[in-house]
Amino acid sequence: MTIEVRNIVKKFGSFTALDGVDLKVGKGELLALLGPSGSGKTTLLRIIAGLDWPDGGEVRFDGENALARGAGERHVGFVFQHYALFRHMNVFENVAFGLRVQPRAVRLNEDAIKKRVNELLDLVQLAWLSDRYPSQLSGGQRQRIALARALAIEPRILLLDEPFGALDAKVRKELRRWLRALHDEIHVTSIFVTHDQEEALEVANRVVVMDKGRIEQIGTPGEVYDNPATAFVHGFIGESIVLPVDVRDGRVELGGKALNLESQGAGAGPSRLFVRRHDMQVGPVGSGVIEGAVRRVRAFGPIQRADVALPGGDGETLIEIDTPRDRELNPGDLVGLQPRRYRIFSAST
Amino acid sequence: MSGGTKGRRTLPGFGLTMGLTLTWLSIIVLLPLAGLFLKTFELSFAQFFEIVTSRRTLNALKISFGLAFLAALVNLVMGTIVVWALVRYRFPGRRLFDAIVDIPFALPTAVAGVALTALFAQKGWLGAPLAELGIKVAFTPIGIFIAMVFIGIPFVVRTVQPVLIDLDPEIEEASASLGASRWNTVTRVILPSLTPALLTGFALAFARAVGEYGSVIFIAGNLPNVSEIAPLLIVIRLSEFRYADATAVAVVMLVVAFLIIFLINRVQRWAQTRVPAF
Repeated sequence: MTIEVRNIVKKFGSFTALDGVDLKVGKGELLALLGPSGSGKTTLLRIIAGLDWPDGGEVRFDGENALARGAGERHVGFVFQHYALFRHMNVFENVAFGLRVQPRAVRLNEDAIKKRVNELLDLVQLAWLSDRYPSQLSGGQRQRIALARALAIEPRILLLDEPFGALDAKVRKELRRWLRALHDEIHVTSIFVTHDQEEALEVANRVVVMDKGRIEQIGTPGEVYDNPATAFVHGFIGESIVLPVDVRDGRVELGGKALNLESQGAGAGPSRLFVRRHDMQVGPVGSGVIEGAVRRVRAFGPIQRADVALPGGDGETLIEIDTPRDRELNPGDLVGLQPRRYRIFSAST
Repeated sequence: MSGGTKGRRTLPGFGLTMGLTLTWLSIIVLLPLAGLFLKTFELSFAQFFEIVTSRRTLNALKISFGLAFLAALVNLVMGTIVVWALVRYRFPGRRLFDAIVDIPFALPTAVAGVALTALFAQKGWLGAPLAELGIKVAFTPIGIFIAMVFIGIPFVVRTVQPVLIDLDPEIEEASASLGASRWNTVTRVILPSLTPALLTGFALAFARAVGEYGSVIFIAGNLPNVSEIAPLLIVIRLSEFRYADATAVAVVMLVVAFLIIFLINRVQRWAQTRVPAF
């Protein structure tokens, strides 16, 4: 099943949650909606599921207008951040729920329901918990049951809203590897929402980066990391060193001093220079286009991390750099910094 | 466990609070009840049996418990609907309606009784049209039933309301996205989640109606065997100085009420272990 979202607008009072969003999801994809809270990612997911209705725009499943159907008629499996399991039903009944509430004409008989639920419990590897109640399960187990419940109706699309958001770090990591493997096995078109970039980059085929109700960039994990389309994406994904620079006559200036760097077509005016921390080479004075003074040094593991003060427009800018331990740095040292790769974005974008 | 930590509790004050609890409960609840039983023991068993199984007593008990049960059932259904409207929808006057629910709590029961009687009397606003249909409410068991409904409704509303407010809207969304109709969502997901609160509300409304005196006696007509409630029978016996007779009826009421509440509690416990609050 393919999903197409066209020019979706959604307002809550005066707040615009989605501001003209277009998105195409291919058959069998595992797509991540990534963004800070308030970026509209959950709202978009809920609109696709039929749990919220847009103020404008279209949602199409395989070309067919999905907005003409309610949530229950869309055959969408939805997994909630806080599981939303039915507390008064045991695990088996939770998973069976979607099968039992079918209209009588299409409902499976009791034996078939039993067989299907047991298959699903095997799929999520929790068959042994079938008699337990949700309150007796750990968070990770609950979320896997919620997933089995969503899969019971053989959804054409699987939507997951921050599925691992309520779990602790170790379980999160396990579950996301497991979700990846599960998707490889069942291949249902899936979208999951997350604010965790590591999760998005590790699990998804493609990542949609959102901010303030708009899509900033759509691309493979490699693309959004290596070629961020906007300043927001560069700042949001991966760790970046950001320097306030001025572009004048195609030249890049930092603190009034011209740097020997390409302006990359950025328009004249205040701009920002983005460098991945590992792309910033640290050497003796004169080895780089930027010069700075070491303020503080912290060493742990194979690296040392230093705060370096750079002359800036208003006073100075403090940045954090990493260097290997073999090069000794002390507070007060002057160093040269050379960005191996960098991006310049006008301040207005 | 080492000997040094034995007997220590992380939460101090158990001895003090438990002592106060027992003392207080003894003075307020157990002592009067013990007096009730002691007074009853002045009767021989044969006398006791005769009083309790007399036609008038049995009818009074039947009226009190039977109508209280019916009233609690009606309150359970109507109270749930009221709660639903108050919690789930925003409409003008919602706060006012919410406050009105408490009136039966606060109103002196005699005032309620007089008001209901005036309303349902043959010439009353509701009594007159009902009389034309051939239904007589005031001074009949129907009147008792209406008074019991009146005083019981806030118990159901106030017990269920906070639980419904706290009910996670996501479970309804989950149910809908799994293809459940609205009816299925209400009956299979929402109501079962409310069951413990509904049972508590029912038990409270029932208990209150069984013991209700003030509002009922004005509207009941108080005909022995027809519209005489057990609490009134007790008062009548007291005014005749037949104290032991009065306490005998009281003991029966007490035991039956206790058994019913205990039963409801068990059902509730069962419902709760399946729906633990987390």
